[in-house]
Amino acid sequence: MSGGTGAVRGLSIRGLTRTFPGQGRAAPTLALQPTDLDVAPGEFVSILGPSGCGKSTLLRIVAGLDRPTAGGVTLNGRQVTRPGPDRGMVFQSYTLFPWLTVAQNIGFGLRERGLPEGQVRAISEKFIARTGLRGFENHWPRQLSGGMQQRTALARALANDPEILLLDEPFGALDHQTRELMQELLLEVWGSDTPDTRKTVLFVTHDIDEAVFLANRVLVMSARPGRVKAEVPVPLPYPRDWTVKTSPEFATLKARLMAEIREEVRKAALA
Amino acid sequence: MEPLKPVSATARLLLGIGFFALFIGLWALVTLGGFVQPLFLASPGQALAAGWSLFTEYNFLGDIGMTVWRVLGGFLVAALMAVPLGLMMGAYKPVEAFFEPFISFARYLPASAFIPLLILWAGVGEAQKLSVIILGSVFQIVIMVAVIAGATRIDLVEAAYTLGARQGGILRRVIIPAAAPQVMEALRLVLGWAWTYVIVAELIGAQSGIGHMIMDSQRLLDTGQMIFGIVVIGLIGLVTDLLFKALNRRLFRWASL
Repeated sequence: MSGGTGAVRGLSIRGLTRTFPGQGRAAPTLALQPTDLDVAPGEFVSILGPSGCGKSTLLRIVAGLDRPTAGGVTLNGRQVTRPGPDRGMVFQSYTLFPWLTVAQNIGFGLRERGLPEGQVRAISEKFIARTGLRGFENHWPRQLSGGMQQRTALARALANDPEILLLDEPFGALDHQTRELMQELLLEVWGSDTPDTRKTVLFVTHDIDEAVFLANRVLVMSARPGRVKAEVPVPLPYPRDWTVKTSPEFATLKARLMAEIREEVRKAALA
Repeated sequence: MEPLKPVSATARLLLGIGFFALFIGLWALVTLGGFVQPLFLASPGQALAAGWSLFTEYNFLGDIGMTVWRVLGGFLVAALMAVPLGLMMGAYKPVEAFFEPFISFARYLPASAFIPLLILWAGVGEAQKLSVIILGSVFQIVIMVAVIAGATRIDLVEAAYTLGARQGGILRRVIIPAAAPQVMEALRLVLGWAWTYVIVAELIGAQSGIGHMIMDSQRLLDTGQMIFGIVVIGLIGLVTDLLFKALNRRLFRWASL
């Protein structure tokens, strides 16, 4: 499966560049400068940056939904060329299939892969329980609040047992209180696996609190054209709950990231 | 009255019935009051009486049956041809590029103008009647379905890809179910148009059907029968529309139509 010289475990990004062709006579836009990044298995990495900095572009390329102009991505030694169930994704927009119930949405990937119905049920059931969706199995997405929809989206991505979880501002459209609950839920679900079987997570956000609270490492991206301008480890131990947000360590990390990001937001605003 | 303020269900029903009552009242007034000659417009009572005799003496039920079968037959054939093609066009851009210009042209060809040609090709039998309806419906359905399928939310398609779906799965389990409610709504719309084509088809070279009955009545200057025939078409249209709506609501409970 893996081979050659760089048979690294985890996610490896090398010289990843993305240029969007200009519309009409406009000059092409450089969205992502050559970027290198390594994420070890089981790591939870937040990518923090101002709007339009290319953080979503980076994530979409890892997902295989966008192609890089140069460079490449390997996951556990395999080159990423297209989307696949080994990389689960949750989007900012609500992307549940409205014609399927909560349970059917969660089983979608398993059915696409041709698993027998009994197994689909059992796995769906497990993630319904884990994400607190008991009692909502037969609801249509339109009957759910935003928070419940994103729980379902998370369960749907996890049901496929992906090697990495790609989260593109999954709580960005939720109100503040719901967002905080969802952050705790995400850590709980992620932490329910033993440390050596935990999912690798790439979490894109523009919310500093969220980035610090969740991750063991925060990458700060510069304003467009995006590049990783700073890397801040988060030494807070897991499991974490909301009280972490009031600790002095948290405040220190937040202050540092704020300084980094303010500069970029200003640049982005002036650009 | 306040702008955009909703109205209660009973008020809505009463208002709706109210206009029917007003319409029939005015009709009664101009005919029974002697403002219009009976030769040109029968009174509501005469139209009803004419309707009664149509059913009892002239086997009008047979005419209605003929017309309904023609509409549904032609419409079904058109839908069976058009929906798959429309879905393929919406999903696959090269297919769309191949068919779209011709179909955009063809859908402006008036189906009724083809009637003389169709009589030449297919005679005055059922095949010709069905052809008129098919010709009038098929291109409209193709274009509408292609637009609906082409407007499938791209984020749903992307989500399906990240869950491991492949080409066929995207078409069968994302694009088609996503498009289904709107496709059915489009079919409901086109079925309404098919009703106008069938009557036109029956006005020329037909031995049965509601249109043929109306044509016959003109020869006898029986405006009561003509009006009754037209009203029956309207009622059947209304009923099929309601049935179609109810079916769509049942089929697509997830979409809250």
